[in-house]
Amino acid sequence: MVLENLFMALKAIWANKMRSMLTTLGIVIGTAAVIAVVSIVQGFSQVITNEVQNLGSNTIIVEPFRPPGKEGEKLGKITMTWDDGQAVMRTCPSVTVATPIVQQFGEIKFADESSQYPILGVQPVFQDVRNYYVERGRFFGTLDESGRTDTCVIGHGVLNELKLPKNPIGRDILVGGRAFRIVGVMEPKGELLGQELDKFVLIPYATAIGMWGHEVADNTAFLVRARTPELVDQAADEIENTLRVRHRLRPEQPSDFKVSTQKEFLKTINKIANGVTYVVAGVVSIALLVGGIGIMNIMLVSVTERTREIGLRKAVGARRSHILAQFVIEAVTLALVGGIFGIAMGIGVGAIAAQLIPNWPGFFVPPWALALSFGFSSAVGLFFGIYPAAKASRLDPIESLRYE
Amino acid sequence: MSALIDIKDVTKSYEMGVETQVKALDGVSIAIEQGDYVAVMGPSGSGKSTLMNLIGCLDTPSTGSYTLKGREISSMNDDELAQIRNKEIGFIFQTFNLLPRADAVQNVELPLVYAGISRKERKHKAEQALDAVGLGSRKHHRPNEMSGGQRQRVAIARALVNNPSILLADEPTGNLDSKTGEEILALMDDLHRNGNTIILVTHEDDLAQHAWRVVRLKDGQIVSDVRNRPMSD
Repeated sequence: MVLENLFMALKAIWANKMRSMLTTLGIVIGTAAVIAVVSIVQGFSQVITNEVQNLGSNTIIVEPFRPPGKEGEKLGKITMTWDDGQAVMRTCPSVTVATPIVQQFGEIKFADESSQYPILGVQPVFQDVRNYYVERGRFFGTLDESGRTDTCVIGHGVLNELKLPKNPIGRDILVGGRAFRIVGVMEPKGELLGQELDKFVLIPYATAIGMWGHEVADNTAFLVRARTPELVDQAADEIENTLRVRHRLRPEQPSDFKVSTQKEFLKTINKIANGVTYVVAGVVSIALLVGGIGIMNIMLVSVTERTREIGLRKAVGARRSHILAQFVIEAVTLALVGGIFGIAMGIGVGAIAAQLIPNWPGFFVPPWALALSFGFSSAVGLFFGIYPAAKASRLDPIESLRYE
Repeated sequence: MSALIDIKDVTKSYEMGVETQVKALDGVSIAIEQGDYVAVMGPSGSGKSTLMNLIGCLDTPSTGSYTLKGREISSMNDDELAQIRNKEIGFIFQTFNLLPRADAVQNVELPLVYAGISRKERKHKAEQALDAVGLGSRKHHRPNEMSGGQRQRVAIARALVNNPSILLADEPTGNLDSKTGEEILALMDDLHRNGNTIILVTHEDDLAQHAWRVVRLKDGQIVSDVRNRPMSD
């Protein structure tokens, strides 16, 4: 009987192709939006999660930080030096390695080409902390650090932009007007969400401090690596305690530094992704509501148009429930057809978006989004189909047969 | 033997406005035997349509009793009536009332769908019924691909397919030219000879001549009941 009704419904929908298409437009747009947005948001979180995993999920960033509000203002000068970092290394058992990191923007010049890049002062362990290594040449070593040599390692993107020779090792570039010898080139990372990741210059931390002075040294951040990903939270606690003691903070005072883990970063990303999903869900529910009203409208028209058919069906023995089922199934089928078209359209849009955005991990629609779209469109059909179907089922057979 | 149809002192009244009641049937009693061929005649407004709706179980009387095959119909609800119509009544309408998007077989098997009969058996029975009305070659034509006479044959096949107790024909030739009308009436004569009980509602005397018994209504009452040919059982 259900199958019978399904065939009848498909026939009726096919007989009124144009009308059915227009009617289901709301549902088509609604489901297309769900699929497209979910796939894009999922892609974004995937990209960011991958990036974070690349960075090493046991990496912790410690930066000087003035807390907002009155409490923050009362703290006086905010300083953090590499002494703090060394203390962390000594006292925190969950920490393995750490590198100080200071950063300035500066002009980098080679021959006639020049550009602005971030210049980072780091120590040799940077590679292990970031899980990110040189591709060609070498990283500067402890001797470069202690000797404050003018050596540098460049990001892969700098190569082309400054028209450096294919093998730039041993060449000199001007960093803020001072000649630095290139000893290595980092492996390429590409782009993340339109952000160039390969354009930077690394120099020894000691050299950077010598060049930039004490202001910068007092504002040193550090990258710390926890022993295992599971120990990240514990390591963060240990760092927090060590630094609070070193900075002589009383219990009621807020910390004058910030310890951020990748976990927190991921949490934030997930929050944003969820936020976007909720907003879209809101918009989509309006589209589905409009679509549902369209379906109800067209079903009411259909019931009126087919009054004689209903009368006849009742005359030959259809019960109320038969007529009710027929029209509800027709409404649900109509909504589902719209849902299927919408899903196809959403997949198309998502796939095109995936093509257009660089570094995309590949197009993906989670099964739950498909299930949700099917579920919602049939629920809309069911909800908005019941009233017209009930109206049809209550028609009086005698009057219906006489209906012109 | 009790009659197939036994209507006793039935009235049917409709509320028209606040305090006006119109009696479409006013104390009608009639019994119809199995295998009879009855014409119900009368001018418009005589109550013949109302009587037909009652006999066809599309409606229930206001007062009085109607038993069909010994079962009391007057107190049944909509769904019970639908079941009785499905099993016992075959309708033949003036305007055929075929489903435009369905072919002949699908139209004929409609009552079987609601009887809950399997797809295979339905198809088989529908094809048999179409063969019986001489439409064996048009099984998969749609109504708009057939002539008026052929459409009415499809409708008759649909009425027959469930082996109902009564064939109820309401002006079955009203939309047909006289030659085609004659063919349809000949077909109904055949069906009657094969043992079907036929009730024919018409206002044409020529048609009524085919019936064995003619009942005339006027103003909601039976004014004459004439048997042209005796029951042959």
